[in-house]
Amino acid sequence: MSPLMRVHSLSHAFGNLLACSDISFELHGGEVLGVVGESGSGKTTLLNCLSARLTPTNGIVEYDLRGRGLTDIYTLSEPERRLLLRTDWGVVTQNPRDGLRMGVSAGGNVGERLMAVGARHYGEIRQEAEDWLSKVEMDLGRIDDAPKHFSGGMQQRLQIARNLVTKPRLVFMDEPTGGLDVSVQARLLDLLRGLVRELNLAAIIVTHDLAVARLLADRLMVMKDGKVVETGLTDQVLDDPHHPYTQLLVSSVLQV
Amino acid sequence: MTTASAEKTAENGAGEEGYNFAYLDEQTKRMIRRCILKAVAVPGYQVPFGGREMPLPYGWGTGGMQVTASIIGHDDTLKVIDQGADDTTNAVNIRRFFARTAAVDTTEVTAEASIVQTRHRVPEDPMTEGQILVYQVPQPEPLRKLEPREIECRKMHAYKEYGLMQVSLYEDIARFGEIATSYSYPVMVNDRYLMSPTPIPKFDNPKMHDFPALQLFGAGREKRIYAIPPFTKVKSLDFDDHPFEVQQWEENCALCGAEDTFLDEVILDDRGGKMYVCSDSHYCARRRAEGHRGTLSDSAAAAYAAAVGAADRPSEDGESAEWVT
Repeated sequence: MSPLMRVHSLSHAFGNLLACSDISFELHGGEVLGVVGESGSGKTTLLNCLSARLTPTNGIVEYDLRGRGLTDIYTLSEPERRLLLRTDWGVVTQNPRDGLRMGVSAGGNVGERLMAVGARHYGEIRQEAEDWLSKVEMDLGRIDDAPKHFSGGMQQRLQIARNLVTKPRLVFMDEPTGGLDVSVQARLLDLLRGLVRELNLAAIIVTHDLAVARLLADRLMVMKDGKVVETGLTDQVLDDPHHPYTQLLVSSVLQV
Repeated sequence: MTTASAEKTAENGAGEEGYNFAYLDEQTKRMIRRCILKAVAVPGYQVPFGGREMPLPYGWGTGGMQVTASIIGHDDTLKVIDQGADDTTNAVNIRRFFARTAAVDTTEVTAEASIVQTRHRVPEDPMTEGQILVYQVPQPEPLRKLEPREIECRKMHAYKEYGLMQVSLYEDIARFGEIATSYSYPVMVNDRYLMSPTPIPKFDNPKMHDFPALQLFGAGREKRIYAIPPFTKVKSLDFDDHPFEVQQWEENCALCGAEDTFLDEVILDDRGGKMYVCSDSHYCARRRAEGHRGTLSDSAAAAYAAAVGAADRPSEDGESAEWVT
C-alpha cells in the first residue's frame, strides 16, 4: 500500500537560521502523526512546508493526489495547491481568528468551502452546515451567529467543522487545543478522536502538549532544534524514551 | 474620441482659457485610453491606471470624469446623470465642467447623447450601439468587504475563486430570508471575472447583459478602470433555490404612471404621506410630455407652481394643493 504522504529530506532555512533540517517520513491513510517538541524547534515551519503554504529550501513533499498518485506538491501550480488546501486537506490553526471569518455566521463559515467548490443550492448548503455543526456538538440555534461572539472552545469546534465539510483525507492541526481550559480541551480532544476514527482521517498534529499527543497520535515525532531526534509509536516513545531530550520532555510533565 | 478630434482640439484649445481640451493633458488621456483598451479586451478585469487629481473631491465622480475626459471629442454630446436625475448637484456640475473645458454640447435626452456619464443608475431609455455609458465607481473591488487583503483579492480574481462572494449572498438569506443586497449586486462578466456593477440598484443589473452600448467604469480613488464591451454576457450571482430578482413596487410613478421603472420614494409631509416617482428624471418628463399621467401629476404641478410663486411652470388645471401644507 502506497503512503498518503511521503516526505524526503525536507529542510527549510530562514536566511542563516535552519528551522528544520533533513526530515523524512511517510504517512498512511487514516494515520495520526504527532509532532512534539519545545517552542522554536521548527514544528510550525515543518507543518507549513507540508501543507503547501511555505516552499521548503530543500527536499520533496509528495502527496497521493486523487487520480494522479504520489505527486510532488511543489510542482503543482498555485491554483492547484489552493484547491487541494480547500478540498482534500484541512488546516486547523491554533488561533481560530486565522482559520475562521469572524464576521461571517457559523453556517456561512462551514458553507464557504462548499460554495468554493461550486455548491449553488442554498437549502443543501444549509443542511450540510447543520449536519456538521451537530457533529461537532454545537448548538444549532447559533448557526446564524458570527464566531466573534463564540467562546474559544466553540470557535475551535467551528473551525474543525469548517475544515471537515469537504471530507478531506488529511488534516493539519497546529496546537488545536492551545489556549483552551482543560475541561474544554478534554471535550475537544474527545471529539477529535471520534471524528478521526469515524472518518478514517489522516492527521498531522503539532503540539507541545504530550497529553494531546498521547490521546490522539498513533505515532510521534520528537523535534529539537529543527531535527527529528526520535520517532516511534506514541506509547513506546512516551513510556520508554531513548533520546535524552525526549526523556527530559516526558519527565517535565507535571503529575497531578 | 478619435485621434483626429484629439489633435484638432489640442491646437485650437477649445473651452476654458488656459486649460487643455477636456481639462486633462494629452499624455494623461493617452495613458487612460490605453487602460480603457486593455479593460475592453479583458471584460470585467480591473486595470490599474495613474489616476490624476481632479478639481473636486474623491467620491464625487473623479474616476468617471477622467474616463469621460479621455474619450470625449468635439463632436460628442454629453449627458450626465446622478441617481437617475439630470438636475442634481453632481450631474449639473460635471455637465458644466465639460461644457466649459471641452465646449461640447450637453443634453438631457438619452437618445441624443453620445456619452452618458452616470452615478448609481442606468438610464431607463434604451441605449444603442455607438453610445458609451461611463460609470462613476466608488469601490471597484466586489470582494473588498469580505477579504481585506488586496493580494488575496487579486489571486482570487486570477484563479477565478469566487466562492467567497457566494458566502455574502448566503449570509443575506440566513439573516433576511432572501438576498437582501439591493445595490452593488455582484455580477459575473463573460463567465470569467467577478465585477462590482457600482452602486446601481440591482434593478439595473439585467440591463447590463447584452447591452448594445460600451460600458466603461472609472474609480478615481482606487485608480482602476474596467469595462463591459457591447453585447457581453453579464450574469448576476444567485442560488439555484433563490434566483436573482429585481425590486418591485406596489405603486406606479405618481407623476407619469410608469409601471416598469425604478422608483424613488418621496416623503410629502410629516404624517406619513409619500409618493413614488421615476428616478430617471428625463424619462419621466418625456412621458409626461407625451401625455402620460400618474395619480398625483396634477396636484404635483399645482404644488410646484405654488411653491415657486406660480412662476415658471404652467399649472395643469389649478387643482387644490392642500396636501402639501
